[in-house]
Amino acid sequence: MEDDTTDERADDAERELEQNVGQRFGRLPETAAERTVEGRASREEVLEFFADRFAIPPATFDDDTFWEKGAGKIWLYSGEASTPVEIEAIGMTCLRTRQEHWKPTTDFVQRFGHHASECVIDLDREQARRFAAGEDQELAWDGDWGYLIAAHTVAGEREPLGVGLYVHGELRSMVPKGRQRDL
Amino acid sequence: MEPLERYRPIIDDFEAFLAACERPLGNAVRVNTIKTSVERATTALEEDGVAYDQADWNPRVLRLETNSPGSTWTSFHGFTHGQEEVSAVPPVVLDPRPGDRVWDCCAAPGGKATQLAALMDDRGTVVANDSNLGRISALRFNAERLGATSLAVTNDDARNYSLQRFPFDEFDRALVDAPCSCEGTIRKNPDALDNWSPDHINSVAGIQKGILRRALQATCEGGTVVYSTCTFAPEENEAVVQHALETEDCRVVDFDLGLEYAPGLAEWDGETFDAALERAARIYPHHNDTGGFFVAKLEVTA
Ligand SMILES: C[S@@+](CC[C@H](N)C(=O)[O-])C[C@H]1O[C@@H](n2cnc3c(N)ncnc32)[C@H](O)[C@@H]1O
Repeated sequence: MEDDTTDERADDAERELEQNVGQRFGRLPETAAERTVEGRASREEVLEFFADRFAIPPATFDDDTFWEKGAGKIWLYSGEASTPVEIEAIGMTCLRTRQEHWKPTTDFVQRFGHHASECVIDLDREQARRFAAGEDQELAWDGDWGYLIAAHTVAGEREPLGVGLYVHGELRSMVPKGRQRDL
Repeated sequence: MEPLERYRPIIDDFEAFLAACERPLGNAVRVNTIKTSVERATTALEEDGVAYDQADWNPRVLRLETNSPGSTWTSFHGFTHGQEEVSAVPPVVLDPRPGDRVWDCCAAPGGKATQLAALMDDRGTVVANDSNLGRISALRFNAERLGATSLAVTNDDARNYSLQRFPFDEFDRALVDAPCSCEGTIRKNPDALDNWSPDHINSVAGIQKGILRRALQATCEGGTVVYSTCTFAPEENEAVVQHALETEDCRVVDFDLGLEYAPGLAEWDGETFDAALERAARIYPHHNDTGGFFVAKLEVTA
């Protein structure tokens, strides 16, 4: 698959740019048939993606709505809003869809990743430390390549760290610069 | 410390107050219950070898014995958020419920807005507003790091705020954590008093009155508004609430708080205040070894 480790770095730059433009958010159509905005994913497709790739049950998001900011990232929101809405932010960014391989965000994975049971790679403490610092590392993994949820054990339970890109025997940390930590 | 001298007549044990203001403040964090439980967060701190002390009045507030509270696993996972102990008071006094529509008028960088979302189990709507665009990015960053899905961010002047973009036309509760002269942050920012002047206090008091009035207007009858500042100046505290009592339909109500504090003032500098202002709380640094804060709880009566 294509290498897009630069994505999150682009995200940081985008965040800087966006600061100055309050933007328009549109709610995702229920299904592809109800689509009115070119290229916009539907709620059904988003739920399907989380279920197919990570086995996150669609019911997890029963109380949430999904939104797209312009022709950009998908946001997850649980409050009230009418569509479209000009606003700085609603809820949190959760997914990047307008590319071949859809990519969840680190913040989404940290918030909802505990519902996942597939494409989760368990790291030991040292591997987790390197992942949190934004480092790439060689690791064995016999599941699908592509975007994985990296996790480790905290207080006796699995805890998602963020999104990693697994290709050619290597796990690349997708933790954005501003979220990386030296632990 | 010179500007604080004028409080000698109103503060009990003024020498202890001054001594506390000279002492640097420790590191406190709030457990973010959107992402984890208090029990799991404290277990994770223990695994990290970080010693902590749980606040009696609020089990979600932990005083950490570390110089780098940002480089813990609990922080990376958004289990904890660095937030001064007294700064966790106003959301607790506002006491929002899951499903409420809540307005945080002056929300950046978001410590209290995300605390409100957590108190509501991240269910309902928290509108986190701030007029300063530069501070909005910090607010957004914190909201996402802490996983607050019920939080919407707006960038407007709270004094003439419009709810037009929302599918509702009033809030159930509002928090006015107003811009202020920040005298109470002296332990954290030793230069907090450098630009102190009566003129600055008067001009910021004008802004505070405008924001509090708008918050009361935008809140439904029977709804609650909490007014808070991190300053001692009565011009920015009792006098602002007094102005609201005179111009809007509201009253000051009691609240319980498991911290030591002094009651709001009955008079200052020749001005007398409504007796109900004694229901407000003045939290001084020597009371609980924290920063300083003022909190008043109001109910909208029409
Ligand atoms: C004490 S700080 C708020 C801290 C915040 N509640 C928290 O817990 O992180 C006051 C904020 O009021 C904002 N502010 C100042 N004037 C304002 C106005 N007219 N309308 C809205 N926000 C304003 C400032 O930009 C500042 O971020």
